Amino acid sequence: MAGKRLSKDPYNLIITGVGGQGNVMASRVLANMLVNKGFYVTIGETFGASQRGGSVMSHLRISSKTSWSPQIPAGSADVVVALEPIESIRVLKDYGNPGIKILSNTRPIQPVGVIAGDLEYPGLDEIKGIAREMASDAWFVDATDKAMELGNPILGNVIMLGALAGIGVLPLDKQGFKKVISSTVAKDRLDINLKAYDIGVGMV
Amino acid sequence: MSNLMDNRKGRQHLLMGNEAIARGALEAGVKVAAGYPGTPSSEIVESLSRVAKEANMYVEWSANEKVAMEVAAAASFAGLRSMCTMKQNGVNVASDFLLHLAGSGTRAGMVIVPCDDPGALSSINEGESRYFARLVEIPLIEPGDFQEAKDMTKWAYELSEEIRNVVMLRSVTRMSHASGNVRFDTLPRDNVKAMFKFDGFILDQMEGLVISAPVDYKHAQQQEKIKKAREIFEECPFNTYTGPDRPELLVITSSACNLYAKEAIEILGLEDRVGLLKLGTTWPLPPNLMKKYLSMTDRVMVIEEVLPFLEENVKVIAAEMASDIGIKRFYGKNDATLPMVGELNPDIVVSGMSRVMGIDYKPVPDDYAQKAQLYATTKSPNRELTFCPGCPHRASFWSIHNAIELDGRKGFVCGDIGCYTMALLPCGFSTLKTVHAMGSGTGLASGFGKLGQFGFDQPVLAVSGDSTFFHTTIPALINAIHNRSNLTLVVLDNSGTAMTGFQPHPGLEKNAMGEEVPAIDIAGVCRAMGARVEVRDPFDLEETRNTLNELMEDEKGVKVLVLRQMCALSPEKKAKKRYEMSIDEEICIGENCGCDRVCTRVFRCPGLVWDKERKVTRIDEVICTGCGVCADICPAGAIKRKEV
Ligand code: SF4
Ligand code: SF4
Repeated sequence: MAGKRLSKDPYNLIITGVGGQGNVMASRVLANMLVNKGFYVTIGETFGASQRGGSVMSHLRISSKTSWSPQIPAGSADVVVALEPIESIRVLKDYGNPGIKILSNTRPIQPVGVIAGDLEYPGLDEIKGIAREMASDAWFVDATDKAMELGNPILGNVIMLGALAGIGVLPLDKQGFKKVISSTVAKDRLDINLKAYDIGVGMV
Repeated sequence: MSNLMDNRKGRQHLLMGNEAIARGALEAGVKVAAGYPGTPSSEIVESLSRVAKEANMYVEWSANEKVAMEVAAAASFAGLRSMCTMKQNGVNVASDFLLHLAGSGTRAGMVIVPCDDPGALSSINEGESRYFARLVEIPLIEPGDFQEAKDMTKWAYELSEEIRNVVMLRSVTRMSHASGNVRFDTLPRDNVKAMFKFDGFILDQMEGLVISAPVDYKHAQQQEKIKKAREIFEECPFNTYTGPDRPELLVITSSACNLYAKEAIEILGLEDRVGLLKLGTTWPLPPNLMKKYLSMTDRVMVIEEVLPFLEENVKVIAAEMASDIGIKRFYGKNDATLPMVGELNPDIVVSGMSRVMGIDYKPVPDDYAQKAQLYATTKSPNRELTFCPGCPHRASFWSIHNAIELDGRKGFVCGDIGCYTMALLPCGFSTLKTVHAMGSGTGLASGFGKLGQFGFDQPVLAVSGDSTFFHTTIPALINAIHNRSNLTLVVLDNSGTAMTGFQPHPGLEKNAMGEEVPAIDIAGVCRAMGARVEVRDPFDLEETRNTLNELMEDEKGVKVLVLRQMCALSPEKKAKKRYEMSIDEEICIGENCGCDRVCTRVFRCPGLVWDKERKVTRIDEVICTGCGVCADICPAGAIKRKEV
């Protein structure tokens, strides 16, 4: 595994979002990109009841040495990829630390309690403020909006993966993405996925 | 993305624990796999069903776990390696057969895989399957990482054939549903012919009868098998030790807890002071191996989920050897070093281990932790569990709830297992009053419905999903009809095992391998058994409620109402909207309506949004599935539907 180094071993990444956002798919693609580079990757996921409108989180442990626990220890996440903005704030309680980095989508998905008028959803500026206060770095990208321009909101995940590659915390590249995504999506969807990835890289 | 049939030796793939178990079965040349869907076990049979043709296998979703185990055992008796999977409580269902199977023994290798759910992440219990292995005296093995999930599954077949008995390989949610690197071996190319031999010597398990009697003979034989397993376990490569020769503390662990323990030792920097004995074979424990490691130190910590099963077994061995190895001090569940309820994680293990070792550990500065806590509670509004937009259950429970209110005799509903268990919560108008095992709703209702002679006069209802109906509701229903119990069973038929991801069941025309099969008609079955049966569309709220009230008033025995409407997540359903919905803002009276915003506050379909500024309800076009139901709940008639 010559030449491939992690800034920390294991490197701990959380992908968080809401059931139905394609969280599981995003974590699988990312993990496969890293496995292909020779790393050990452990993914921990929550399935089942939590998929019915609940928060969904994937933990990725990336290591050049061994498989780690599927749950990241308290206060030890290195980067959070939030497919939904308030989910990044929720994650900080258990996994945040002053050195954490946050990469967040800007498009909210309102909880039923908010929709029904019982709870408040904070404004985007407030969320950004909290992220900048609590993290060493924070990036906000309009991934869903861009994905809708491309014709499908689910491509927001791929844009987020591109943005993750763009912030340069992990050894990710387009070749690696292409290899994994070609075996995941139908042939005629390949180009649009590659385009979404590039857009993501360019957004940070 | 099925890599499961990749036949290149040494290739690495990222596999979910359940896929790794499936791959292990394939590498062992398994021919028959059966199970009943249940989180976290379902992906094993699911992955195998996908490659069934290619691997020349027979894979089925059975009606329940007991039948699944019988189907898998038949294959073993006929000389084919087989597997049977289930979630933890499924072992209870299968246990009657399992007891007898353990007594009769097996022929070709047979492995049962229960997947436990510590912390009940997707269950309403955190039952233990490990105790069953000890109870029915069969070997228990537990993989400690993803590679082992594959390798130990494969090995389990050799073990099963070595001792000619069934082997239990136990997984847990964090193993089954986590993913990691797995290095492949090759797949066998064999062509076995199935044949059930029975005319050998009567006591010859391989060619005579397969039976657990004569009990004294067979039970003694079974215990010989367990002794043999224990000997094999002494040399088993899946029991490993890492750490110093004379550790201050010996940690004994298995399964996902191995990963937590490893992590805790690293976090606390205890590599030179703590030894880690990871056991792959957890029952029966191999005494010589245990003696070797227990002799290293006087302090022992056992890390496991959920109950102190391993801890108890280690203590028995340590007591037996006390004169040789000395008295030990134990840390674990019994002395509350670790909690006896819920799942563990690296942090709980860190906190237990740091106390035992007298180390202070704080992952983040206090002020940061306090701020993070504050923001999480005030700025990330909770996401409550709810039925999907357009879910037929929301409509069904709306009608059931209203029918009971209208009836006014304090009627109640005995609940059952499935997505609709959520009707305990406000999303189902808190309609369910009891929930236990699969099929228990109807069994309880059968009992309640016989209490009339003691002055009991409340209407009794039960609900059952379609898959649950076939699983264990049928015997309870037979009981109720035969004993003239007075109850109304509502079958919530949404055409699939929705909760666990649409596995087929006996009511559908396709099986696990996608073949055409005869569907069993629920209404027809109930009618044939002698119940009064009605079938309705739950999206027709008025019809449904009227029918329910009529059935509740009919006090002559068992009434069944089948509410048939496809799950909102089913692929066919997702493809098309039935109605285009809109709100007439002139008519919407918002906070003044009914009991204040009935639609968003009480009915609460996520497709309906309360517009705070304008004080009217809005439809979210993206989320609304166009089921049209909300048009009927608005007392003012503000919600409009237009056929598309
Ligand atoms: S849409 Fe109907 S039920 Fe909802 S707030 Fe308006 S008047 Fe009330
Ligand atoms: S039509 Fe009404 S009840 Fe049905 S999904 Fe849309 S908003 Fe929800």
